Parts: sequence; structure tokens; C-alpha cells
Amino acid sequence: MEHVGDVTNEMELTFDSHSSNEAFARVTVAAFMTQLNPTVEEVADVKTAVSEAVTNAIIHGYENRRRKVHIRAWTEGKSLYLEVSDEGVGIPDIRKAMEPLFTTRPELERSGMGFSFMEAFMDELEVESEPGRGTTVRMRKEVGRGRDLWTTQSL
Amino acid sequence: MKYQVQENCLTIFLPEDVDHHNAEEIRREADRLIDREHIRYVIFDFADTGFMDSSGIGVIMGRYRKVYMMGGEVCAVHASERMKKILTMSGVMKIMQIYEEDK
Repeated sequence: MEHVGDVTNEMELTFDSHSSNEAFARVTVAAFMTQLNPTVEEVADVKTAVSEAVTNAIIHGYENRRRKVHIRAWTEGKSLYLEVSDEGVGIPDIRKAMEPLFTTRPELERSGMGFSFMEAFMDELEVESEPGRGTTVRMRKEVGRGRDLWTTQSL
Repeated sequence: MKYQVQENCLTIFLPEDVDHHNAEEIRREADRLIDREHIRYVIFDFADTGFMDSSGIGVIMGRYRKVYMMGGEVCAVHASERMKKILTMSGVMKIMQIYEEDK
């Protein structure tokens, strides 16, 4: 398979903030990232991160009202970049929201681990939010690192 | 979703994807059975599960709180390497055992 190299490829996706679209979103991003020749593990990591970000937009951003969630994904070299955004209520205190186990919706049994999972499974995570305007989560993951290690290692 | 009740033990056969979308249904159905059948032990069977995010962790912690108050426990079976990674990272292993072979 030919490597994409430094060529940038990009895709955008907009869908209704309905929970049934969570699977659609992560599967679509997973399909998009296959051009980077990822390991199974890397695909699973990205799917988890996408699922967390999209779920946040639906539950917290839009509080289950039907609006639009946007995903922009692009490749640069061996990196996959992701932007998940909503025009929802926004996050008043991002630092607090990113604390492990912090949740504003304990009654929904949210574990408070959404951002922790995104942080753990991606290489970079950045959150931009303005109350009343919406939230954008930016993530980056270098893909194919594990495979290089595996294939260049002498047995 | 499939469930099995044996005395005071409930086995939940989790779906392929455990995300926010179907966490609601698992939670509702499990709680109904826990109350009606006086369940103390909940077994999460991951045999069919390939994907789980933090919503699934919420489901496990919620059911743990529910049965723990009555002296019960929760555990997991048939978890793949990926599921074990998710469960370990979440810290939920502190309250839940993973059994390798059949219960």
C-alpha cells in the first residue's frame, strides 16, 4: 500500500445530534483514517475518542435537543487531526470539565471520563468553548507508530 | 439485548457496541430486572462486544452502586484485550473482577 506522505486529505461531516449517529460518526472517521495504514489498536483509540466527543456534544452541548454536530478530519503526514464541534451551550469552566470523574450530569450516570479517555487515546487534545456559542474539541493522533516499531524491529 | 436471571444473579449479554446510544436501554432493562428479581450479582458478558466508551463505564458503575447497597457485586466475563484496556484505564477494576473463563 502506498503511503499518503505529506499530502493532506480532508473530510467534513455534519449530522443531527441524535444518539444513533454516534456509531455512524466513529465508523466514518475510522474509515477515513485507513489511508494512514493504522493498526487495529489505533483505529479503536480514535473510535473511542470520536464517540466521547460526539456524545459530549449531544448530551452536554445540545442537552438532547436536535441540532447539528460537525466533524472535520484531515491527515498531515502520519497524523490524523480531528475537530468535533457544536453550537450548543458551551462549557463555562473547561479546566473543571476536563478533571477526571467530573460530571455535570450525575443523574444520567455519566462517568465523568469522557475527556480523560480522549486524552488517553489521542496524542493531543485541545478544547475551545464559549458559553452560549458552542464547543470545539481538537485532537491529533500520530498513526502507524506502532506498526513501524513492529516492522522495523529485528527478531 | 439478552439477559439471563439465575436466582439472584443477572447476566447481561452486552451488545456489539456499548455507547451512549444503547447504554440507556441496558440501564433501564437491567434496573427493572434487578428490582423485580432481587438481583445481587450482575455479570457483564462482553463476548459480543467490540466497542465500549465511557458511557459503558457509567452503566457498570451505576449497577455496582445499586447492588452494592444490598451486599452484591458486579463482574465481567469474556472481555477482549481492548475491553480489558478500557476497563483498566477507567479504574472500574477496583470495584469489579474480570473472570477469564466461564462463570
